[in-house]
Amino acid sequence: MTAQILFAALAAVLVVSSLLVILHRNPVTSALFLVSAFCSLAGIYLTLHAEFLGMVQVIVYAGAIMVLFLFVIMYLNLQHDLETGVQTAVRRGIGWIAGAVLLAEAGLLVSKRWAVGPIAPPEAVATPGNTQAIGIALYTRYLFPFEITSMVLLVAMVGAIVIARSRRERGDEATVRRVRLSALPDSDPRVRTAALAEPSAHPEGTLAKGDRETYEISTSLGGAVTPPGEESSR
Amino acid sequence: MKDLLQNPDFQLVFWSFVKIFVILNGLLGVVSYMILAERKVAGRMQGRPGPNRVGPAGTLQPIADVIKLFFKEEFIPAAANKVIFNIAPALAVIPALVSFSIVPIGPNFTVTDLNVGLLLFLAMSSIGVYAVTLGGWSSNNKYALLGGLRSSAQMISYELAMGLSTIGVLMLTGSLSMVEIVKAQQNLPFILFQPLAFVIFMITALAETNRAPFDLPEAEAELVAGFHTEYSSMKFGLFFLGEFTNVITICSIATTLFLGGWNGPWLPDSLKFIWFFAKLAVLVFFFMWVRWTFPRLRYDQLMNLGWKILLPLSLANVLVTGLAMYWLQNR
Repeated sequence: MTAQILFAALAAVLVVSSLLVILHRNPVTSALFLVSAFCSLAGIYLTLHAEFLGMVQVIVYAGAIMVLFLFVIMYLNLQHDLETGVQTAVRRGIGWIAGAVLLAEAGLLVSKRWAVGPIAPPEAVATPGNTQAIGIALYTRYLFPFEITSMVLLVAMVGAIVIARSRRERGDEATVRRVRLSALPDSDPRVRTAALAEPSAHPEGTLAKGDRETYEISTSLGGAVTPPGEESSR
Repeated sequence: MKDLLQNPDFQLVFWSFVKIFVILNGLLGVVSYMILAERKVAGRMQGRPGPNRVGPAGTLQPIADVIKLFFKEEFIPAAANKVIFNIAPALAVIPALVSFSIVPIGPNFTVTDLNVGLLLFLAMSSIGVYAVTLGGWSSNNKYALLGGLRSSAQMISYELAMGLSTIGVLMLTGSLSMVEIVKAQQNLPFILFQPLAFVIFMITALAETNRAPFDLPEAEAELVAGFHTEYSSMKFGLFFLGEFTNVITICSIATTLFLGGWNGPWLPDSLKFIWFFAKLAVLVFFFMWVRWTFPRLRYDQLMNLGWKILLPLSLANVLVTGLAMYWLQNR
């Protein structure tokens, strides 16, 4: 009896907050309703005696992923949406198509009675609970898929870092030029022009990386030093 | 009536409520006096007496503070998102109180012995990020927003190292239940086997509770008061309460995981809770000591410490623990 009441309450919260995720106008509020949906889903896991899954649901989805989502949403300035009418139309069209496909899928599943599982919740697993059961399943029977998944995640992470790093390094070059300009004394026009020039405009390409670093250090110390690569190129 | 009283379900619920009532009120009382203790410790460290005017030696100061907080004018910025602005302070207190429910205070005194207790604590500490983030965002103030964003980045980074540092204890016990973890430390506390994990846990605990030297979200020199710049009256009080409750909760988790919880010599079982509170007090004092001793870290230093030092160290700790256990079992 208690289980049914709990399930009904949690499911109601889950459905309502899931609906509000897509219906609410304010994106931050939408994200918060998604958090509440995740938490009620975790509650449903708990009523099914899947304590480990429920807690991990809260830690990973509600605690980590949604915080990052919020982080991104807060950086956006959504009051000034610069989207044109065409973009909105395209987005809406894709939305309608995706919705129709999902609806058709759901209809198919329900009509074939494929998605219907056992209605009664499973019996409580005796201590030490299902944490151990999940661990054994993951590290014996499903070891290969588990490792493949972690591999895929690792590759994605490395890819993200590579993309972000290459961008930052390009950004760094612009900063370096600016720093050089501000650090250089006005009395030495020769060095000033050299610093102003695009690194790629040098006949021999840019300065070697190590050279540039020494140069930066010496300029930041206050000395008007000609960069080591500069002498040879002239 | 008699049937109801004999019903085990009813008894369970009744005793749980009694325990929750005791812990809730005890905790709130302790928090208010902890603020006084913090001010006294700060005064001592800076060579001044600290609050000593209200009551004998300042012992009534917390009451005066709370009354002042309640009677202050409540101010909500006009451009704030009012609903979220009101929810955020509550979110600061609730997770800290919830995670206290799994702490075994004495041999027979826990609100609930969850078989995933440790995970509940980690889940609640990850929910705690929302209070600061949302409080900062909904105030519609740039300082508050920056404070909120900083704190979410900081807490997410340090959560990982914190979770990993507890895994060593988990491996030694083979259970996520806090009661089991305390029982496993009957002879020797885990700090002897997991000294590195304890150090990492305490550092990340400082970062998770946003206390100095990790109090970047409210670095007053750069961000005014950080995420609670726009909060006043009891809503500010709730953030304050949340911070101090968090300190107590996280210190009791550290006591349970590494210092052996209520285990200790000499005392009978019914008085073992004194050991728990003694260890807790030492850790709380350590938090205050650190706060008034170290300068604040710079933001990039903070991130480097979290990701490049603490995270690899806690991973290495898991590895070494695993190898040592394997070696000892197969010797």
